[in-house]
Amino acid sequence: MTTKAFQRIYTQLEAITKATVALKAQGVSNDELATVDGRLAQVVKIKGDLVTLQVFSGTEGIPTDSEVIFFGEAPSLNVSEQLAGRFFNAYGEPIDNGPAVDGEKRFIGGPSVNPYRRKQPSQLIPTGIAGIDLNNTLVSGQKIPFFANADQPYNQVMANVALRADVDKIILGGMGLTNDDYLYFKQMFENAGALNKIISFVNTTEQPPVERLLIPDMALTAAEYFAVDKNEKVLVLLTDMTLYADALSIVSNRMDQIPSKDSMPGSLYSDLAKIYEKAVQLPDGGSITIIAVTTLNDGDITHAIPDNTGYITEGQLFLRTDTDTGKVIIDPFRSLSRLKQLVIGKQTREDHGQVMNTGVRLYADAANAKTKLENGFDLSDYDLRCLDYAKDYSNKLLAIDVNIKIDQMLDTAWDLFGKYFKPEELGIKQNLVDKYWKGN
Amino acid sequence: MSTTGKVTGIIANLVTVEVNGPVAQNEICYIKLGDSRLMAEVIKVNGKSASVQVYESTRGVRKGNDVEFMGYMLEATLGPGLLSSNYDGLQNNLATMTGVFLQRGEYTSPIDMEKKWDFTPLAKAGDKVVAADWLGEVKEGWLPHKIMVPFSFKGEYTVKSVAAAGSYKASDTVAVVTDAAGEDHNVTMVQKWPVKVAIGGYKEKPRPYRIMETGVRCIDTLNPMAEGGTGFIPGPFGCGKTVLQHAIAKQGEADVIIMAACGERANEVVEIFAEFPELIDARTGRKLSERTTIICNTSNMPVAAREASVYTAMTIGEYYRAMGLKVLLLADSTSRWAQALREMSNRMEELPGADAFPVDLPAIISNFYARAGIVTLNNGETGSVTFIGTVSPAGGNLKEPVTESTKKAARCFYALSQNRADRKRYPAVDPIDSYSKYLEYPEIAEYLNAKVDPQWVEKVNKAKNYILRGKEAYEQINILGDDGVPMEYHNRYWKSELIDFIILQQDAFDAIDSSTPMDRQEFMLNKVLEVCDAPVDFESFEDCSAHYKNIINIMRQMNYSEYKSADFEKYLEQLNKVTRHDN
Repeated sequence: MTTKAFQRIYTQLEAITKATVALKAQGVSNDELATVDGRLAQVVKIKGDLVTLQVFSGTEGIPTDSEVIFFGEAPSLNVSEQLAGRFFNAYGEPIDNGPAVDGEKRFIGGPSVNPYRRKQPSQLIPTGIAGIDLNNTLVSGQKIPFFANADQPYNQVMANVALRADVDKIILGGMGLTNDDYLYFKQMFENAGALNKIISFVNTTEQPPVERLLIPDMALTAAEYFAVDKNEKVLVLLTDMTLYADALSIVSNRMDQIPSKDSMPGSLYSDLAKIYEKAVQLPDGGSITIIAVTTLNDGDITHAIPDNTGYITEGQLFLRTDTDTGKVIIDPFRSLSRLKQLVIGKQTREDHGQVMNTGVRLYADAANAKTKLENGFDLSDYDLRCLDYAKDYSNKLLAIDVNIKIDQMLDTAWDLFGKYFKPEELGIKQNLVDKYWKGN
Repeated sequence: MSTTGKVTGIIANLVTVEVNGPVAQNEICYIKLGDSRLMAEVIKVNGKSASVQVYESTRGVRKGNDVEFMGYMLEATLGPGLLSSNYDGLQNNLATMTGVFLQRGEYTSPIDMEKKWDFTPLAKAGDKVVAADWLGEVKEGWLPHKIMVPFSFKGEYTVKSVAAAGSYKASDTVAVVTDAAGEDHNVTMVQKWPVKVAIGGYKEKPRPYRIMETGVRCIDTLNPMAEGGTGFIPGPFGCGKTVLQHAIAKQGEADVIIMAACGERANEVVEIFAEFPELIDARTGRKLSERTTIICNTSNMPVAAREASVYTAMTIGEYYRAMGLKVLLLADSTSRWAQALREMSNRMEELPGADAFPVDLPAIISNFYARAGIVTLNNGETGSVTFIGTVSPAGGNLKEPVTESTKKAARCFYALSQNRADRKRYPAVDPIDSYSKYLEYPEIAEYLNAKVDPQWVEKVNKAKNYILRGKEAYEQINILGDDGVPMEYHNRYWKSELIDFIILQQDAFDAIDSSTPMDRQEFMLNKVLEVCDAPVDFESFEDCSAHYKNIINIMRQMNYSEYKSADFEKYLEQLNKVTRHDN
């Protein structure tokens, strides 16, 4: 940001907290940008002449006689085809030693799409992972997070999904990425030869947390450019939204707001929804699909962050380590894709819906049998068959290392049904059983 | 000279304004920002300083911006053309907005004032009328849309003239009425009403005495909703709240459906936009969209308008009720509305109640639910607003302020259970925790016994008892093991499983199973109870489970078959064979 003529400059701060500064200033507008002692800041509160700014990089070392320069406008990003293949920081400045991007200036965090102009998401996004394609099918225009514990390979799974998906652009919004994960993504994208369709906005753990607040809006402004202006299919990856929410709570805390559940700001739901609801299927063919990561504390989804997320997103993909097979699986009970009904049996085989439900129900019966076993009870013949089925099902379909086509997934499921069960134990419509049953 | 003011402070969408004259609580004002005007509502006044919540993004607003106060509260515009319209929370018509994005400060008319309607007079010169009395009607699709004496008219009026039958614009004067002082008032097809005030104009509000069918078995059979009743559906995310609400909207036995999408996902509304114009209402043969109004304030739309959206929806519902119609109002989700209240209360630095919600939350919720009801109009006809809201409890924990407050206000409780959803037992309505207080009303019991089956309520309670005993048996089996309990426990458990699979579970995505008319529900409940009542004896618990699994499989095939079709009869035959064989 360069200084221009006629900018208003102030040099007397009234108050400083860890994330905000306040000063007396005139003619300041809400949401506008400023620099405080050379650091980027944004107006978050105006009370009479007293203006409160949130300083993105923190206020360490800021003196009360800092120079404050107001820019008169909200944060923006220059958008053009030149964005493709580039890496940026939270302010949209290149971090790959490349030149600045020429293009139209767009303010970030812009208006919402008129719901009436939206189209119903309808394009299946195949990933090859059966725990997703078979049980929790993804659709373009959807927004869905991975719920994962910190020790699970969520970034790897997400990178796999992104690279297998048939999309025009992939936009990575990295919030509090470890430097190792940042380099992993970079290398993964390079190896796949896909760099030219990838745009990254990255804030690493080495950088100040409040900066993260800009990442999703930057990433989504770029996404809207390609989806709306260029009618492209855009996939946005946001990791890790838990760290984003933590940054929100830091700012709200510094502004003396009353916290609600889990010391999160009362507006957490709206703040998250504003980001996730940018996922859209547009009338002219463009779309924005959001896949995010929300890390959990030891699988606790009742915490305010995953809880609010779950109410906003169209389902969630829950990673769990299956103790029977030692593999990381997509948990069929807690995972859900709300939009799967739009493509299941329509863009996939007619038996998909019933096979999916039956497969999961039998897996649930196996879980019951396991409880019985653990409690020291005798297992019935059906229980034993369920347990054997569950191991096979977990290995061949739920594990995240599976990479097959959807028809193969369905055939595999029928194989397993035939191997362990009788047709009447499935509760599947008779005409489908007649057609696909593979047992005796 | 109306009041004006200047902006003095801004925190997110809360703006403080220094005013130069009188302002009213809930008065609407506009903040001037360049070429656009941002709509806002007064929510607190302190001396010359008014706090207003802005229904738009406040980006760029600065100290000193001009504010103009309008002298009225947030109003709904009521007239023919509301049905099949799609509005935002402030009743702007979304279909007539330009561009893909919602532009700040763009407000569109809810009703096409130029559109012509075929008017038929119902009143004549000399008639004495009061507010909400019918003066004439127009055909809105297939519904007779009554043109009424505006609700805001106080006292008795004499009809001076009513337009002759013919085609008129919505904005044309169709009647002139004279008040007690001899002053004439023109009446058009369109009137306005403040959304936060309940519409009166009826003679009395009796206790609900009829059932509103939904085609959803776990509601109609086990915990019926009354016409003019209230209910709510709390549940953690992923338990099928929205699917259940959409099913009710599609199948609900009502003349008018109003859906308020309040702070929820935009794609869910898009689903309605896409599906409802295609789907046919089985009772009238007309398209579902013709009887539906959608009020849509999705989660990314301005927070303050979320609160307005449920009130706008209720006001439109009350308007159609005054025409003697059956209105079903669905709001998804009332928790988002409560959260909007919380955000505002927080910004105003009010002392918080539980979970930082405002302390008057229970009062606000019960006031709102109280606006539903069946009413007897002045002319003796009845109209009703049935209200079903969803609640999204934080962390799926029902001991939170919104759920608790709603539980006190609503008469039906359809608790969605995470456990059932995990096991894909949809709809995941918990059969034991859920209740309908209406089942205890003697007038409702009488109605059901006359309409469905002479012993209906008794049978329903019997089925519920089977479910409860089945659950107890299941717990014992889990504690003591399959061999550790008497055979009767297995039998009890499987009877409850039979009721679960055949009556409670319903495939919302199957063309036939998704909607079950009452006569079919009666038939299936009787069949299930026949099986449950039959004395059976088993050698081993495995025989017991095999027996019931077989029956469940046959009866599921019945649920998937067209009622009384050849297939249905074939499975019925199979069922009879199995049950007879055992006797």
